Amino acid sequence: MAGPGFKDATAVVGIGQTAFAKHLPEDERTLACRAVLAALDDAGIAPGEVDAVASYTMEETDEVELAKAVGFGDLTFFSKVGYGGGGSCATVAHLAAAIAAGQATVGVAWRSRKRGSGPRPWTNTAVQLPTPAQWTRPFGLLRPADEIAMLTRRYMHEYGVTRDHLFNVALACRNRANQNPAAVMYERPLTREMYMTSRWISEPLCLYDNCLETDGALACVIVGRERARDCARQPVYVHAAAQGLPAQHHGMVNYWNDDPLTGPAWTAARHLWKHADITPDDVDVAQIYDAFTALIPLSLEGYGFCARGEGGAFTEQGALETGGRLPVNTGGGGLSEAYVHGFNLINEGVKQLRGTSTAQVPGAATCLVTAGEGVPTSALLLRS
Amino acid sequence: MLIPVTDTAGAPFWEYADRGELRVQACGDCGVLRFPPRPCCPHCQSFASEWRPVSGRGRVWSFVVPHPPLLPDYAEQAPYNVVVVELAEDPGIRLVGNLVSGPGARLDSVDPARIRIGARVQAVFSGGLPQWVLA
Repeated sequence: MAGPGFKDATAVVGIGQTAFAKHLPEDERTLACRAVLAALDDAGIAPGEVDAVASYTMEETDEVELAKAVGFGDLTFFSKVGYGGGGSCATVAHLAAAIAAGQATVGVAWRSRKRGSGPRPWTNTAVQLPTPAQWTRPFGLLRPADEIAMLTRRYMHEYGVTRDHLFNVALACRNRANQNPAAVMYERPLTREMYMTSRWISEPLCLYDNCLETDGALACVIVGRERARDCARQPVYVHAAAQGLPAQHHGMVNYWNDDPLTGPAWTAARHLWKHADITPDDVDVAQIYDAFTALIPLSLEGYGFCARGEGGAFTEQGALETGGRLPVNTGGGGLSEAYVHGFNLINEGVKQLRGTSTAQVPGAATCLVTAGEGVPTSALLLRS
Repeated sequence: MLIPVTDTAGAPFWEYADRGELRVQACGDCGVLRFPPRPCCPHCQSFASEWRPVSGRGRVWSFVVPHPPLLPDYAEQAPYNVVVVELAEDPGIRLVGNLVSGPGARLDSVDPARIRIGARVQAVFSGGLPQWVLA
């Protein structure tokens, strides 16, 4: 997606969010409106100036409802990205591409979800697509946790990844959440004993390997770099962006190709780094999609922070913590701040590059943000 | 229990399974096996296909042990195993299933502590579904 005319051509100039909780009283549409208006207020841009929007195919509030509620102007670009959390970064990427190409001038991306108090999607057996569910669900492979646990067991078997490595991921996210008053787990520290003795969800994944179930909404505002200079906030530039759907990929049940552990991250990463002026060594902080702990070591490999099979070992010696080799998920991530299909990772990336994170990495100038690994994915390389 | 909600490409697999046969879709032109079934061959783009009998021998590629919350019929049997089996004929062809003590046995009929990646297994059939027993 990045290329001539894309690099640093647009910037995130506003971010907004609602509270995060297991249950919020307002409906998803109201939460969407609140997050969008907060982001526009942060940017100092009036709703009537918005001419482009992007969200997820799983978003329940459509463009028409949002636009007429918050008072958008005439929209000339609107896009929705599929594959759940795999689409998070692509919402920003689509807007950045549209603005860079002259199709729009002010874009808003958002996600509003009541996953905390609403139904778990896997419990609805009526809407399951015949493919590939016919090959998995009759046998009791029912939930995303089961599907990713299957890949995790194989990953542990092939490369010696341990539960302690997965704990390192859970702990880093929880520690950052403990610094973030907006995080659901702000006042709930995690210990190794809690992790090792917690109940199983799908062995080898335990409770703390799974993300939160959260009500909440977030949004951000994207404009061209010229306009960005006039906005209230310091611009955070979209340096590069990519989507990734590898050849012969099968989603979370990626059991049917030659190398199931080489996921969409690898495809997105090749495009991202090809179009960037920087390398993984230059990344100051990363927000890595964490619906499940194992996705982080797999993503660290895919995005080139370590070699194949070294993602588990990479997490050792506090590497993911503040002051470590690569601080990750500095707001607490999906594991400990809020699970809103990864949109909080985008906004946290913006906060880091503004210097306003509750777990600020000193002098952070570059941030990788990734979307769901294990599904067709996307990624953003942001810089100040 | 959930039954397979099938589609045009996948229906023959289940028709053969109902007769106690394990068959895998293969390209009618280049002969390459493919799973899950699909309308055309990703290698040669041919729409011709055939359903090739396989031995039902394989090895455990990975497995999980789900615990509740689960759908009620599955929660009642939890914790149970779900395995991915790579077929002897082509390790790239992998089937999701359950390792059981015998045809028709419950999903929790094998102690998960007995399951290892690499274990040899054999397909058996019950009620139109393939299951797996230790070979």
